[in-house]
Amino acid sequence: MTIIKTRNLTKKFGDLVAVDDVNLEIEEGECFGLLGPNGAGKTSLIRMITAVSPLTSGDIWMLDGDLRSHSQQVKAVLGVVPQLDNLDPDLTVFQNLMTFARYFDIPKREAHRRSMEVLRLFQLEDRCNSRIRELSGGMRRRLLVARGLINLPRILVLDEPTIGLDPQAKYLVWHKLVELKSQGVTRLLCTQNMEEATTLCDRVAVMHQGKIMSLGTAADLISRYVGNKIWEIELNSEEKGKIVNELENRGLDFEIVGDKVHIFHLESGESLNGLVDSPEKLRRRSATLEDVFFRLTGRSLAE
Amino acid sequence: MRLFSWRFIRVWQRNRDVFFRLWHSEAPGFIAEPIIILLAMGLGLGAYVGLVDGQRYIEFITPGIIVGYAMFSASFECTYGSFIRMEYQKTFDAIIATPLNVEDVAAGEIFWGATRSVLTGCVMLTVAAAFQLVHSPWALLLPIVCFLEGMLFASIALFFTSIVPSIYSFNYYFSLFITPVFFFSGVFFPLSSFPDVVQKLSWIAPLTPVVYLARAVVNGEFQFNLLWALALIVALTVLFFFISLVTMRRRLTT
Repeated sequence: MTIIKTRNLTKKFGDLVAVDDVNLEIEEGECFGLLGPNGAGKTSLIRMITAVSPLTSGDIWMLDGDLRSHSQQVKAVLGVVPQLDNLDPDLTVFQNLMTFARYFDIPKREAHRRSMEVLRLFQLEDRCNSRIRELSGGMRRRLLVARGLINLPRILVLDEPTIGLDPQAKYLVWHKLVELKSQGVTRLLCTQNMEEATTLCDRVAVMHQGKIMSLGTAADLISRYVGNKIWEIELNSEEKGKIVNELENRGLDFEIVGDKVHIFHLESGESLNGLVDSPEKLRRRSATLEDVFFRLTGRSLAE
Repeated sequence: MRLFSWRFIRVWQRNRDVFFRLWHSEAPGFIAEPIIILLAMGLGLGAYVGLVDGQRYIEFITPGIIVGYAMFSASFECTYGSFIRMEYQKTFDAIIATPLNVEDVAAGEIFWGATRSVLTGCVMLTVAAAFQLVHSPWALLLPIVCFLEGMLFASIALFFTSIVPSIYSFNYYFSLFITPVFFFSGVFFPLSSFPDVVQKLSWIAPLTPVVYLARAVVNGEFQFNLLWALALIVALTVLFFFISLVTMRRRLTT
């Protein structure tokens, strides 16, 4: 069942088109990744889907209804983990959760039970009575994710949930996000971390300059845009021209990256015979989502 | 324009919880200052002031001091307080991602600002009664006056908060609006002692009808004119309350 659907969704800020005619369908229970460089429009898209920012044009359907006409019901089953820390610094860790639960009209006893549960889940139970400013950056992020689960959401929207986390905490969060799949929770994950997208997401969309450039499973996108294996040749300045010429002559799909050249869509190295004098200059590695990301969004800084 | 719902109470509860957790960090200042002003002006200046009807000067200024500081409470709460929650703590952003909408947040802030006015008013009234400056039982209506007043000044303050670029803008709000209003609303001298023009201008100051009303209930003297004062307060409140819902939505969602 499609749980989130957008049609021709557009967001403009004056002349700037932040989200440009986006059509997405997200299935219930899947983890959907949204990748893209800074300024690609991910956060603007998410702000519209979470009903906090108005649409310039287009439509959003969520849970089978127009978002604009029943945003309250949608927000009741939505968990949001924002990129910027907006924990309440006037309250303790536990009060943060209790106060948040009250926004959802969760009865006090139930709120208490769930607060303790999510604190345990994210190993924060001994920081229960700490002030927010006494927490480390990593604890705050874990608490933000924990807070997003307080209303047992059907849809969890996460904007860079593991940014700034150490590997231990990152794996803890990933583990919880995978567990949510078995409970049928739909997850919409904005991330710049390609490993995170590959590990967690059933499907990913790459966004660039407000548009969805491509969409599919990670394996899909890799074989479509770069092939499963990538050949790398180290270049020095004298041979560079010659090698590039030769690659063009042989009709290969390649890209120059600094002092290396990446060759895509090439399973065996036969077509590279005689290109370099010593075999150490040639390396074959598995392609990753990051290679796809660069192909689709370019290597220059987006902003 | 969208309306607010009963859910605004959640924002009010949040602010109440924080206030009673941290009250000792700001409440004593809020209470000490009006008492100092009341005693200094009332007893110090009062020794040189003779009022026409034989009332003691300190009794004359008591109602105005109470509602004046109730005005300051609501104004601080919905300027600096709301602005810090909105811009620095991003508390409003967190709340509007839950079933509450922007209008609920704005209404919750305004009702909480009004509650601060009532709290200040009640404490001040108790202090005034302890100094035997209040004689009429009608003075028990003063918290209601403070609530209406609080709604008015919280609405104006939140409207201003929703349009200012930075926290420093509130310096203007207080030095060019709140402080002049405090001195030209008949708190310290009867409006009739001002020149004609100033008298007319002082009715623009939204504290004037509040002081008029407060003095009437504290002294237990009622006249038909009070209804006009009441109508003026309600009309201004409704106007600024709804404008602030609209400007707050614009600020938080774009």
